[in-house]
Amino acid sequence: MEKGRRDITMNLQNYRQPELIKQVLNDLNEFKRAVTFMEVCGSHTMAIGHWGLRKLLPENIRLISGPGCPVCVTPASVIDELIKLKDITIATFGDLIRVPGTEQTLEQARALGANIKTVYSPLDALDLSKKQETVFVGIGFETTIPGIAYTILEAKKQNLTNFSVLPLFKLIPPALDALLTDEEVKINGFILPGHVSVVIGTDAYEFIPKKYGIGGVVTGFEPLDIVLGIKNLVEQIDNPGIVNEYSRIVTAEGNIAAKSIMSDVFEVGNAIWRGLGEIPGSGLDIRSEYAQFDALKRYDITIKNIEGNPACLCSSVLKGKIMPLDCPLFANICTPANPIGPCMVSSEGSCAAYYKYEK
Amino acid sequence: MCLAIPGKIVKKTENSMGVVDLGGVTKEISLIFLPEAKEGDWIIIHTGFALESISEKDALETISILQEAYGKGKT
Ligand code: SF4
Repeated sequence: MEKGRRDITMNLQNYRQPELIKQVLNDLNEFKRAVTFMEVCGSHTMAIGHWGLRKLLPENIRLISGPGCPVCVTPASVIDELIKLKDITIATFGDLIRVPGTEQTLEQARALGANIKTVYSPLDALDLSKKQETVFVGIGFETTIPGIAYTILEAKKQNLTNFSVLPLFKLIPPALDALLTDEEVKINGFILPGHVSVVIGTDAYEFIPKKYGIGGVVTGFEPLDIVLGIKNLVEQIDNPGIVNEYSRIVTAEGNIAAKSIMSDVFEVGNAIWRGLGEIPGSGLDIRSEYAQFDALKRYDITIKNIEGNPACLCSSVLKGKIMPLDCPLFANICTPANPIGPCMVSSEGSCAAYYKYEK
Repeated sequence: MCLAIPGKIVKKTENSMGVVDLGGVTKEISLIFLPEAKEGDWIIIHTGFALESISEKDALETISILQEAYGKGKT
């Protein structure tokens, strides 16, 4: 572990030097046990694909992609419910508009006249609500949630009456907990999300080695970050812990201001993950003090656990049980231009990342 | 979707906001989660909010890597 610490302080310029990456890969070749590591975060899936790292690793080290794309884990029924909200502006991050509901995407609904606006920041939705009744689609993990919590505080401060948020938030640690209790999921270590960890800190993962006896590494998105992360997982396989390889921005306790605004506005509740089902304690509900900004209450919406196309194997992909290439629809019927399931929609979805880089 | 990009605080403004230079483009960003951030600091930004500060050298390097990897201007 001392060695890992020295690597962390390495100059960032070195994070893409091929010789360094080769050296780490050589070290990994010494390791002979068959292991499976899951990269939880969609941005890691993208980076691994972009740099072709999956193929460079020795065969006994298998990397599988996890549920770390907020768009991919949003239930199909959410899209249907949003489309039903006629005459109301729907403000959403652009990633969501091509996700198939059971019948249409938001983009298709927009072409038919629905008022759907993509925004960069939840604060932009506040401005929209000053002109017309607006619902902001609150998708995201812990990276995104604090900003949305702050937006609700601002709406209250400004006495806005035409603004609400549809809470579809998902929390990463409870999802990892649920994955690990699934007998069929066999994981020997996690590559933990870099930017979720900026907010929650590495302490939030300490239960993983304690409860399940497997390790995790928080790492960045450069190729050397990722191979160093894998090396770290290999080195700690018999003595698992949580290692912070991304200490240039991640701390043990995370961002305290962001965490406290989050818990001021939201309380822990259950959430339905597309493909994984309902996971207790993995979501956030809007506290009753802010009920007037809760789109679930305002429009009497219930999020149902309806999957999209039954032929889509996204649920097995999200659990790492199959690789995207194992889905019979992959790349012939299901493509980024015509996505059948959510994993193909977002550029960070496992199927889309494999389509782009590993087909 | 959780990617955060680096920028530099040009000016702090009212209501915990700040004008931030994102590699040539400037944008108003909320600094509510980084109350101690100063003008000239490098920060990483996600959906209009600064989440953490980073050293200038790290930030410059990350920008060029991101531009090369994901194309200019994309978040
Ligand atoms: S390739 Fe398409 S249909 Fe198959 S699992 Fe992925 S998203 Fe679903």
